[in-house]
Amino acid sequence: MRSRYVGLAVAIVAVASLATPAFAQETERKGVSAPRGHVFKTIISGYQFRSKETRALQDDDLENPGFLAVERAADVWKKAEGSKGKSCMSCHGEAETSMKGVGAATPKWDDKLKRPVNIEQRINICRTEHMKAEPWKFKSQELTDMTTFVRYQSHGMPAAVKTDGPMSSWFERGKQIYYTRYGQLDLACESCHERNNGKFMRADFLSQGQTNGFPTYRLRDQRLVPLHERFEGCMFDVRAEPFKPLSDEFLALELYVAWRGIGLPVETPSVRN
Amino acid sequence: MRRSLAAAFALCLSAGSAHAQESIKLDVVNDALPKSLTGAPGNPDAGKKVFLTRTLGNCLACHQVTSLKSEEFHGEFGPSLDGVAGRYSEAQLRLIVADPKRIFTDTVMPAFFKNDGLSRVRPEFVGKSILSAAQVEDVVAYLKTLN
Ligand code: HEC
Ligand code: HEC
Repeated sequence: MRSRYVGLAVAIVAVASLATPAFAQETERKGVSAPRGHVFKTIISGYQFRSKETRALQDDDLENPGFLAVERAADVWKKAEGSKGKSCMSCHGEAETSMKGVGAATPKWDDKLKRPVNIEQRINICRTEHMKAEPWKFKSQELTDMTTFVRYQSHGMPAAVKTDGPMSSWFERGKQIYYTRYGQLDLACESCHERNNGKFMRADFLSQGQTNGFPTYRLRDQRLVPLHERFEGCMFDVRAEPFKPLSDEFLALELYVAWRGIGLPVETPSVRN
Repeated sequence: MRRSLAAAFALCLSAGSAHAQESIKLDVVNDALPKSLTGAPGNPDAGKKVFLTRTLGNCLACHQVTSLKSEEFHGEFGPSLDGVAGRYSEAQLRLIVADPKRIFTDTVMPAFFKNDGLSRVRPEFVGKSILSAAQVEDVVAYLKTLN
């Protein structure tokens, strides 16, 4: 509740410019300049929309509960599993070097599968094909921990996803989903995160819905939440039947929303309310 | 006398959730709905409850109302509804609540009395409008007190 009042001060500034162009309120928060032709003038992380307390928690590596996942996964990285007796480390060596930049550039095109693949999917492809180990379930602590660990190796690097070439049809599909109204409340991602970011929807202070902090530690849930679970939640809240985690639809959406956040530094593990 | 729509709707309700409901048709006249959806006037006190309840109107999610100051968390998606009874007739308010996209093209405000033409609706809400005809009338009666 405290967070509401912190945000309110910022919101009042935004209300003062009600008659000015749609994204005038963006200038009130720090962000990165968008490339030409982008939907936003300034691309702003969800971090900027959260309270001072929540931001402080994210900024303190010792206090940030997301780092427990990074530590847990660092051990699992070295642990041999599956019938080939291999660990992630057997193929990739030190994650600090081999995984640097990966999390800033996903989803990535996979030439063999002829489709984009995100971090969760890549981890499970490695487990089943290269380690002959069971894939981890979506939302399992193991998969979310490892996804957090891999993405953390790109901490601070600007999001730079590729959207051209064979990716373009996935990008267009994601864009189409982003602008489609779903559910009984008939709202699109755009309704909340483009048109109304910087405003309150009752107690919720709306951000641009950026993905640079995922998996994110949600104070409400007391655990790390992977991106597709957040997508599910947003759809569920408008009384829509969400797409399935790791479905083609959510992968297309992940790619498209990553582009909407192009240039934002990777914040994983971020902290949100 | 009940209008045919209201009668059809009531029939559907009594038929139970196993049957798909008929799609709601609105008698729009000059960008307004002149006739009560139930044939009777609504109750402003009940309407205020619908207005505030998160699982019903949840109108405060998007609107501000000065006389409801004691309620926490007024949203900012839509305009303040102070004095709204002076800006619109009862018939116009009824259409704004029932199906605002007929007036404000491309608005984010949901249609509260519409049960088809929506995409990927969660199974438990398929074929149902957010509010019942009576709840819409109650909300309209409440809006008329905001003058
Ligand atoms: C009815 C409003 C609403 C709709 C529609 C909606 N969201 Fe959200 N979304 C929220 C709220 C509230 C939050 C939490 C506060 C915030 O970060 O905006 C949120 C958070 C998010 C976040 C996390 C941002 C962060 O920094 O942690 C992402 C990503 C996101 N939404 C994506 C989407 C996508 C993609 C869609 C469409 C499938 C969508 N949202 C539809 C309300 C909505
Ligand atoms: C998700 C957001 C949202 C919700 C929920 C919502 N509204 Fe609205 N409403 C709006 C917006 C935005 C407008 C402005 C119309 C536009 O988009 O141009 C509006 C306009 C109105 C207007 C016209 C106001 C004027 O001065 O022109 C009335 C009356 C109204 N809403 C009543 C209601 C009632 C009653 C409810 C609940 C039963 C409700 N609204 C729920 C977003 C919302």
